[in-house]
Amino acid sequence: MQIKTMAEYMANGETPEVLFWVGCAGSFDQRAQKITRAFASILDKLSISFAILGKEESCTGDPARRAGNEFLFQMMAYNNIQVLNGYGVKKIVTACPHCFNTLKNEYPPLGGHYEVIHHATYLQQLLDAGRIKMKEAGDFKGKKITYHDSCYLGRANNIYEAPRQVLQLLDAELIEMKRCRSNGLCCGAGGAQMFKEEEKGSTRINFARGAEAVATGASVIASNCPFCMTMLTDGVKEQGQEDSVKVLDIAELIAQDMA
Amino acid sequence: MVQVLVFLLLFAVAVFLFARQARQIRRNILLGRDANLTDHPGQRWRNVLLLALGQKKMFRKPLVAVLHLFVYTGFILINLEILEIVLDGLLGKHRLFVPLLGRLYPWLIGAFEVLAVLVIVGCAAFLLRRNVKKIPRLRSHDLDGWPRSDANTILITEIVLMTLFLTMNTADQVLQTRGLEHYAATGNFLVSGNFTAIFEGLSTGLLVAIERSAWWLHIIGVLAFLNYLPYSKHLHIILAFPNAYYADLNPKGTMENMPSVQHEVQLMMDPSLAAAAPAGDATPPKFGAKDVFDLTWKNLLDAYSCTECGRCSAACPANITGKKLSPRKIMMDTRDRLVAVGKNIHQHGSFQDDGKSLLRDYISEEALRACTTCNACVQECPVSINPLHIISQLRRHLVMEESSAPAEWNGMFSNIENNMAPWKFSPDDRDAWIHG
Repeated sequence: MQIKTMAEYMANGETPEVLFWVGCAGSFDQRAQKITRAFASILDKLSISFAILGKEESCTGDPARRAGNEFLFQMMAYNNIQVLNGYGVKKIVTACPHCFNTLKNEYPPLGGHYEVIHHATYLQQLLDAGRIKMKEAGDFKGKKITYHDSCYLGRANNIYEAPRQVLQLLDAELIEMKRCRSNGLCCGAGGAQMFKEEEKGSTRINFARGAEAVATGASVIASNCPFCMTMLTDGVKEQGQEDSVKVLDIAELIAQDMA
Repeated sequence: MVQVLVFLLLFAVAVFLFARQARQIRRNILLGRDANLTDHPGQRWRNVLLLALGQKKMFRKPLVAVLHLFVYTGFILINLEILEIVLDGLLGKHRLFVPLLGRLYPWLIGAFEVLAVLVIVGCAAFLLRRNVKKIPRLRSHDLDGWPRSDANTILITEIVLMTLFLTMNTADQVLQTRGLEHYAATGNFLVSGNFTAIFEGLSTGLLVAIERSAWWLHIIGVLAFLNYLPYSKHLHIILAFPNAYYADLNPKGTMENMPSVQHEVQLMMDPSLAAAAPAGDATPPKFGAKDVFDLTWKNLLDAYSCTECGRCSAACPANITGKKLSPRKIMMDTRDRLVAVGKNIHQHGSFQDDGKSLLRDYISEEALRACTTCNACVQECPVSINPLHIISQLRRHLVMEESSAPAEWNGMFSNIENNMAPWKFSPDDRDAWIHG
């Protein structure tokens, strides 16, 4: 798989169809790197010309802003917008709902105006355009799958249907948790919680959500966020179900069953 | 004549006191910093219709929503009957609208009576839910003390007022058959018309006494309740409407921008702008919120609009898992602090430092730290309150004014600053995933 950076496209005098914003988790977290590769492989298979920023990409500033450090957020935003505007980027796809939310909702007042799409919606658009073809008998056919709404895709941006429509492709049995869609329970990572220990309480948030997901009897928990991925994977482990219940990103599910 | 004077005096005092309370609440709300929330009036009116008038979010719990609808429509529509009662009181008349409405009158009163019965049913069910059934959000320690008795006071008062209204009508119906000039025939009322047998055996004098007592107690109760509102969570029946109008229209994930910080970072990043920039304000801006003065007026309106139902806290992942954070408590604490500040101003003419602040004296750092910014509280609130906005402003104060953050967060900050990622990886490895 050949992955080119924005700089390489520019050097060749070319413009990619879309910029794939990988995000910090997608770049550095070993588990999330697999999601990144799965999504890139889908783009590659469908011959979609996409670029990454590579070493020029920086944290959007989301965790800093939510922890309260507006200065750091503004610095990161300033630099990222300089880079993005410098390349004349118009369209961005990202597999991280936090990056998605920040790029889409919080960069415009700072001078960064782009069409920003989360990969769930991007996959749904490819699906609607008839571009994704699935295997006759995919690995997930007939299996029970439950979908976990990430807060920053769901409540924060009202995207509930796109990921579910994408999952329909797998011909699996989609089971909803009691708390789903706008009632969905957070995985516990948002608001910069990913980067610190939880406060004292009766249990951990990801243990509570892990238990709810396992209770559906699904063998796959579908997620759309690298942080939810970490939290739910730990939550499933706490239930002692890591061998029978897999947490997989929707990009991984589609990539695995694509023809 | 004496009755008219007494009524006039009572009515005038009640309206005067309420107006004074309302002015103080308005002044308190306007202690908050400015926020421009008047864009897209069409969508804002739509929110008022759907969320406040239509109670759209209440219907996330259908049974409770229907009971609440009984109490709410009863409360709103019976105000039309109160208009007649007040006019009767001021003009010394009895059932002023009978000649005006003719045969429509008994139907109208009958409809109000049905509503009164529904209000009683709703309030009784709510009393049971609050005091007998073990519903966690209504049992929570958030409500210990005054908030719990406030809730019960409201429900009991409404039941008493509706019962007085029905008693008054029943006595009236019997009196209409006694050939007194004062009690003109109106036709049968739908509910009280069925209960006249209770009063048939009583003397006319006693009946008049019952009818008059019920009339007076009812209207005095209504006027007293009006003046209880400003102290109570029940204020939501008024403030839910402006609160829906002024609700943030951005996608919920959007955090408020801080133009002052944006500007400073721009100057730092591009010094050429500094030369062109006008000389800055002498007073440096404050970052985030420490006290109610630093919050927006909408945050403070939120605090007065909260009816402490606890749907926010019941949906809050931190609260569910036993952390100290309760979004409902954030709103209650903000109101409590604002009321204390208001009293302070009332006493001294202007605010005198009392050595306290919303942060720490009312809302703990531990609670603020536990928030995952998941927006469940914002999603749930039936009256468009945003506890998350308050939490994020207090967090901004902690980090930017006090450099107070957990050690792990300070590590995360320095990683972002130096390595462009919240973890300590080399920025050169950002594209290493390609070869994984």
